[in-house]
Order: sequence, then structure tokens, then C-alpha cells
Amino acid sequence: MLEPRILEVRTRILKKNDELARDLRRRFVAARVLATNLVSSPGSGKTAWLQSTLTQLVTSGISVAAIVGDLETDNDARRLSQSGAPVRQIMTHGCCHLEADMIEHKLEGWSLADFEYLFIENVGNLVCPTSWDLGESLRVALLSVTEGEDKPLKYPGLFNTCDLALLTKMDLAIACEFDRQHALENIQAVRPGMRVIETSAKTGQGMAEWLALLQAKRHELPQSLELPWQDAPVA
Amino acid sequence: MHELSIAQRLVELALEHMRAAGAKRVVAVTVQIGALSCLQADPLRFGFDLLTQGTPLAGATLNVKVRPVVVYCEPCGQSVALPGIQNFECPICGSPATDIRQGRELDLESIEVMDAEALVPNIASVEEVPHA
Repeated sequence: MLEPRILEVRTRILKKNDELARDLRRRFVAARVLATNLVSSPGSGKTAWLQSTLTQLVTSGISVAAIVGDLETDNDARRLSQSGAPVRQIMTHGCCHLEADMIEHKLEGWSLADFEYLFIENVGNLVCPTSWDLGESLRVALLSVTEGEDKPLKYPGLFNTCDLALLTKMDLAIACEFDRQHALENIQAVRPGMRVIETSAKTGQGMAEWLALLQAKRHELPQSLELPWQDAPVA
Repeated sequence: MHELSIAQRLVELALEHMRAAGAKRVVAVTVQIGALSCLQADPLRFGFDLLTQGTPLAGATLNVKVRPVVVYCEPCGQSVALPGIQNFECPICGSPATDIRQGRELDLESIEVMDAEALVPNIASVEEVPHA
């Protein structure tokens, strides 16, 4: 038979990642852990903000852990460890985003039930992390005032998948002639209704609002994801 | 360049489907890419051509169908396509567009398979055939 035949398969190209992410989400929810995926371009202040966050939570006696992704070096993990929280580094060796199986491997040996919050600091990149679900319940885009107000318009795909935006380095806003209104309009243009918190890791601006939001999101976690419809195969 | 990662998954997936169907090679692959998927067709093709070399997909055509963003507009009571991805408002009434119905696709739609190996003659073995 030399005639070609067409197979209509209709499958998600990232099906395996999606299935793994769904399993992770189920595990996080069952353990009552709020998993948060932080995405931004390199240098927007993810690590500084996360370090402040971890320090605040640890100081308040809240159990928290973090996984941080970079192409090379474990510098960020060492910085974040200063908070006292357990931190693990993923070195992707060139891979421009984190994938669900990398997270799964890094969780080995941790008892998720010991944590209330898990932060995943993605590789600094506003394009590639878009399509990779890591099982998070909260996806946060960080945009620093030094980057330019039109970043959301340049990277709408990523901003549109996020639940929340943090404007970082607000302490530099005046020096950078940051047009706050314009930045907020651009965020709303690509993701109408998205909540925005204005922050500074230096001054602590926005930290209380951020911690309150995390707490609320954790309380909003469903009791379980063990619903029959969740077991349907990912199409 | 995450297109290479995506191309890798695509090739693996196409091979799985080919084997499951008992076919021997793949001559065409059709994918659907949503406008919000942050994927470009050309680097995807580049990765696909690279990764398919020496596999049953070697030389296969990659058809890329780009899907625009479609949102459901509550006030208009209908689904509408957005002209771009920089302004999420209904092009008819201007309401904020939050109910996205299409545009995030990253799907393998179909593969075209052959039940026989490639008919390209193996030059090396042909040369070794002794003359009668």
C-alpha cells in the first residue's frame, strides 16, 4: 500500500508536560501548598523580591521553600538560602524555561505537607516559559520600572497567562522617569482586570499587600483536585 | 529558542502516533499554533527539519496553521476574533476581552503516514551488488 493516509490525531504537543503538571498541581493542593511561578525578563528583580518574601515568611514562622531556575550557576539559590528557607537550584544548561519534570525531580526528598508556600523562580525570559505549566496555582509576572512601560505589549503571550503582575524597583521609578499610568494601561490592554502590586524589595513597598494576597490565595485552594473530570486525559 | 524544545516534543509525538498506527514513515505533519502561544513558524520548521533527520519523519512537510485569538464577548453574546494580541477588547463593542476561546493552541492536528519504507534506493548497497 503506497498511498499515504491521514491520521487525525489532535493532541496537545506538550501533552506530557501538561499531564505531569496536573499531577504536581494535585499534589500541591492535597498538601495545602500554594505553588507560585515567578516569571519575568532577566534582571527585573525576581530574586531580590523572592529573597525579601522568603525572609518575611520565615521570620513570621511560616514554612516555605523555593526552587530557582537559571541556565548556569547556583548563585541565586545561595542568595535565597540566606532567608533560612530550603532552596534548590535547577541549572538548565541552556534551556530557556523550566518544565514540569524538572520541578518533579527537585521535589524529591521534600515532604510537601511541611510547607505552606512553594515559590518557583523561572528562568529569566518573557517568551519561553509561557506554554510550560509547572503545576502552579499562581503565575506572577514581574516588570521592573527600569524595563520600559511597553513590555506587556511586546510580550502579550506571557502577560496574558499570568494571574498577577508586580511592578518592581518602584524606588527607582522617579530616576527612571517611569510612566506608571502608561505601564498600568499596557498591562490592562493585554490582560484586562489583572491585579497589579507596586513593589520595592529595597523599601518594602507592596510587601504587606503581596503577603496578604498569598495568604488569601492559599486559603482559596480547593480542598482536593480528585474530581472525576480531572482524570479525563489531556486532549 | 524554545521552538527546538517544542519541535522535539512534536517529533516524539508524531513518531508515537505513527507506530501506534502501524505505519512506517511520516510524510507530513500539521500543527495548530495559537497567536498567544509565543511560537514562530520558521524556527519551529528549522528545529523540525533538524530533528527529523535520520528518523521515519525525514523530509516530512510541516504545515503550520496559525489560529487567531477568539474571545467570547458577553455584551455582544458572540465569539469574535481579535485582530492582534496587544489589545484585549472586543473589536465590536470595546468591552474587556477576558474569556479566551481560541489562541493558545499548541496542537498536533494530523499526520500523513505511509505504510512502506521510503523507496529511495540505498546507493551504497546498490553499488555493492556484483554484476551478473
